[in-house]
Amino acid sequence: MNLQIALLLGQDGVTNGAIYALLALSILLVFTVTRILLIPQGEFVTYGALTMATIQAGEPTPLAWLLLALTVTECALDVLARYRAGRGLRVDRGMLGKLAWCAALVISVYHLPLASLPVAAQALLTLCLVVPLGPRLYRLFFQPIAGATPLVLLIVSIAVHVAMVGVGLLLFGPEGARTTPFSQAGLELGPVTLNSQTLWVLALSLVLIIALFLFFGRSLYGKALQATAVNRNGARLMGISPELAGKATFAMAAFIGCLSGILIAPITTLYFDSGFIISLKGFVGAIIGGLVSYPLAALGALAVGLVEAFSMFWASNYKEVIVFTLIIPFLLWRSLRSHHVEEDA
Amino acid sequence: MNQVNNPLLEVKDLSVAYGKVEALSNASLAVGQGQIVTVIGPNGAGKTTLLSAIIGVLGSRGQVSFDGRLEAVPEVEVLVGRGLGLVPEKRELFSSMSVEDNLKLGGFMRYRQRDRYLDASLMEVYSLFPRLLERRKQAAATLSGGERQMLAVGRALMAKPKLLMLDEPSLGLAPLITREIFRIIAQLRGQGVSILLVEQNARAALKVADYAYVLETGQVAMQGPAAQLATDPRVIDAYLGAASKHQAMLAS
Ligand SMILES: Nc1ncnc2c1ncn2[C@@H]1O[C@H](COP(=O)(O)OP(=O)(O)OP(=O)(O)O)[C@@H](O)[C@H]1O
Ligand SMILES: [Mg+2]
Repeated sequence: MNLQIALLLGQDGVTNGAIYALLALSILLVFTVTRILLIPQGEFVTYGALTMATIQAGEPTPLAWLLLALTVTECALDVLARYRAGRGLRVDRGMLGKLAWCAALVISVYHLPLASLPVAAQALLTLCLVVPLGPRLYRLFFQPIAGATPLVLLIVSIAVHVAMVGVGLLLFGPEGARTTPFSQAGLELGPVTLNSQTLWVLALSLVLIIALFLFFGRSLYGKALQATAVNRNGARLMGISPELAGKATFAMAAFIGCLSGILIAPITTLYFDSGFIISLKGFVGAIIGGLVSYPLAALGALAVGLVEAFSMFWASNYKEVIVFTLIIPFLLWRSLRSHHVEEDA
Repeated sequence: MNQVNNPLLEVKDLSVAYGKVEALSNASLAVGQGQIVTVIGPNGAGKTTLLSAIIGVLGSRGQVSFDGRLEAVPEVEVLVGRGLGLVPEKRELFSSMSVEDNLKLGGFMRYRQRDRYLDASLMEVYSLFPRLLERRKQAAATLSGGERQMLAVGRALMAKPKLLMLDEPSLGLAPLITREIFRIIAQLRGQGVSILLVEQNARAALKVADYAYVLETGQVAMQGPAAQLATDPRVIDAYLGAASKHQAMLAS
């Protein structure tokens, strides 16, 4: 191995690592606020990438219909719940807004000249389509069991993951997809040329990580989400609705996943079932962070990306094995070091 | 019945059951504008259950109308938004967050409605509890019992509630701080906050309140103007007996 190869591998590793870091943060975020281990995190990545590819191919994506169907179901359930609570049959403005949004998306996928839109507009449309899936999934599958034990939440999370992979096959077909890069230029850096997509990935991940940091560290909305995680009852008494907090975190998770998908689609071929392995690597990062520390999780995920890239070079058959073996020393270390902490009543 | 024109809170025939056991049966009470109303009773009488049901943390049967509107099913977020506050028995602080963050989150509803006077409220709370100002960067979990109580009350005040429900605010407090808490309760009324007070310290509660209810095994056993109940032989026997005379001294 010479310096040039090392730098190339390093570039790959950091690019993937940045994506894993984003996913690790997202998994952590969802876990701390809702106690749900978000197995379907990776599906937001593949849905993002594949939707982007469909749009670039100029085809109307059936995802718009899925979103519409989920939204109609959600509104129907909300109306029913309200009726049962004795507040009469009433459709409020929020519901109408959601339905109008989905209808507008269905119309735009059929009538916009998708293939000839600028990349930014295509990416925006992809986000508009995928991000609302997050809160819908929360409302339909997790909100009704919000008080359940972590194990039940995990099982439902796995079920949602499996269902989303199946639906992904139905929506996008079995072929892999790769999209066109955002721009062609590269950056000369010593002996290697940094791929422009790498720069996009790094820049946007960094921006997103800083934004998340500011949101949770500074804004009262971020603190309100945190508060739900710390003390659900206390948060309710302050008027912070756990349902809203759950939906908001799922929206963020979908946003992070979808954006990651859009970012890596030009450099990796993704299939309908690629999501799991990607989110699993983010998950390794989150575990390294002990499911509590955001900076540790991000660093851990970055390390996962690098280890993966270099093991690809030395022992490419074993790269997944090596990556997932990484978890073991950390688990051991944690279990030896940690003493059980009682949860707040 | 507590005779008041257009009561702020009116509860009619409220019942709560935990499984088959009924913890509260057909309780009715009213709190008027600017009133301090107290609910006293022995351990396990259903006082905490009553407050939880009123604000909608617990499901219940019966009628709750707050600020002139009947809630078919009380819902926490809605009621908090409309000006009902509860300092729960367990306090439910955000233990890993700082004192100041706890207080700011208390005003979350007002922040959402872009209330410009939040900072002023924060200052008011700090002037009410100077101790919290000293400790404002400290994590809530590291506060002493009394300080936690102050934080819980301060956090509830940040929402500028029309009616504040306090569940045993003097629980586990040293006599001096208890006295301080009761002084603050009286002071809050002066600021136009109505108060529904649940207390073990019956003597102090009856002293500060306008009207009182005695809750026993989930039912309203007695009620009347607080001064009148304080002289009722049955109340004196059960709640103000000679044994608790020292409380009176401490609470005066
Ligand atoms: N979650 C629960 N499940 C079953 N029973 C409960 C539950 N919570 C309270 N109870 C029972 O309901 C009754 C009333 O409880 P509650 O907490 O309202 O009493 P309290 O008047 O507040 O008592 P204290 O003065 O000790 O705080 C008690 O007998 C209690 O055991
Ligand atoms: Mg109680």
